[in-house]
Amino acid sequence: MSAKAPTRRQLWRKAKSDLMMGITVAATAVTLLPLFIILAYLVAKGASSLNLAFFTHMPAPVGEKGGGMANAIVGTLELIGLASLMGVPVGIGSGLYLAGHRSSPVAGAVRFGADVMMGVPSIVVGIFAYAIVVRPMGGFSTLAGAVALAVIMIPLVTRTTEEMLLLVPHELREAALALGVSGWRTTLWVVARTAASGIATGVILAVARIAGETAPLLFTAFGNRFWSTSLTNPIASLTVQVYTYAISPFPDWQRQAWAGALVLTSIVLALELGVRWVTSGSARAVR
Amino acid sequence: MAEKLATRHLSAYFGQLCALHDINLAFPPNVVTAIIGPSGCGKSTLVRCLNRMHEVVPGARAEGEVLLDGDNIYASTVDPVMVRRRIGMVFQKPTPFPTMSIEDNVAAGLKLNGVALRRSERDRIVERSLRQAALWDEVKERLRRPGASLSGGQQQRLCVARALAVEPEVLLMDEPCSALDPISTARIEELLLELKTSYTIVLVTHNMQQAARTADLTAFLYAGELIEFGETRQIFTNPGRRETEDYITGRFG
Repeated sequence: MSAKAPTRRQLWRKAKSDLMMGITVAATAVTLLPLFIILAYLVAKGASSLNLAFFTHMPAPVGEKGGGMANAIVGTLELIGLASLMGVPVGIGSGLYLAGHRSSPVAGAVRFGADVMMGVPSIVVGIFAYAIVVRPMGGFSTLAGAVALAVIMIPLVTRTTEEMLLLVPHELREAALALGVSGWRTTLWVVARTAASGIATGVILAVARIAGETAPLLFTAFGNRFWSTSLTNPIASLTVQVYTYAISPFPDWQRQAWAGALVLTSIVLALELGVRWVTSGSARAVR
Repeated sequence: MAEKLATRHLSAYFGQLCALHDINLAFPPNVVTAIIGPSGCGKSTLVRCLNRMHEVVPGARAEGEVLLDGDNIYASTVDPVMVRRRIGMVFQKPTPFPTMSIEDNVAAGLKLNGVALRRSERDRIVERSLRQAALWDEVKERLRRPGASLSGGQQQRLCVARALAVEPEVLLMDEPCSALDPISTARIEELLLELKTSYTIVLVTHNMQQAARTADLTAFLYAGELIEFGETRQIFTNPGRRETEDYITGRFG
């Protein structure tokens, strides 16, 4: 059989296989290319402006050279931390509810609501936070920015939590129930604990997502040229600072905008690497 | 012989589907009772009704009574969680908790119920349960390793130890050997004979030799009905019903 020359049919099949292989490789390359171009461009443009002063100094007044984005870096971390504090418990809580009450009509409504919320443009979320926090409080604030980011975060965390909990074999749940463990203890200490690394992955991905948001911060946290960590005052963030600097007419600011973009991207990349680390760690534990 | 556990007109449903119809059975203490029958005849549903695990499945419900020491466990005042602490269960597939070590798996029933234990007391319970499950000698050097690192047969004995650690009065075993090799199966069967001196055991099995080897009493179920119940020897050598004879001689099923 193998000694015979390949038939036309076999040649045709091989040609088709090679063609499909070529198409998928090309598609992969097209997908990955922008990522590498962006990274290379950011490093090329931003790395030269990165120095210690960028992390430790405040923005310099207009016309003066130098300065840094210390306030924006701290501001971004504060906004992310505060948003996570609000969004993660709510998201995990509703995810636990959805996984525990699969077929109830309330769960269906919550699930649908979460899916719709994921599709809402982030600028609309900003307007929402403006209406419910900025207006009543009478001004832009860290709190308003964090609320906007939390609103973006909640549906993401909710749905990943639900998906991860549903991946836990129901035999484990039954095994715990059969030991005379109550329902909520079973959910919390057996099911959620088994899904913990998956849930953590979802949380980190949601944090990475909000770290890069600009639009919802424009009229909530607003931005600040000065040092502020107060919850009730406007606060600087890397994304808004990069936006302001990038559209400014000053070359020194534009240079710093590149550096800011590089720092922001590094934070997001670090979080994604954290995900890889968390998931590979748990994979090892299970084996 | 006074019965430890008994069913009275027990019927079970999945939605509209009737899976068990009017079952009346009595399980005496310190005896292994086997439940045999073809796939889908309701064997698993029956044992799951005995510790109120049946109702955990959405849409499933049971009617009739199950008496534990004469008290109906389906009475409205009874908490199913309390029933399950008195009636333990081992499943078809070994299900060690993947996030827990061997010793934590054994102590899981106590720990998850919020029972505060001193270290020494916990160690004593872990050792006692693992010895009862004939696993102690194989794992005593590695109690801190994950439960999932054990072989399938060891995992199943770990699940037996976990069920025994909460000191139940009745042990339900739902085809505990179906995922195991012959050597592990033999270990579990030996275990059953040791355990019956202190527990009431209900064993669901597909394997008729297993029922013949280990059970004192055997119930034959077919299409949700109890066809015949009696001494194992009599069921296998001189069955009273035609269906039983056909099943044990392999003519159907």
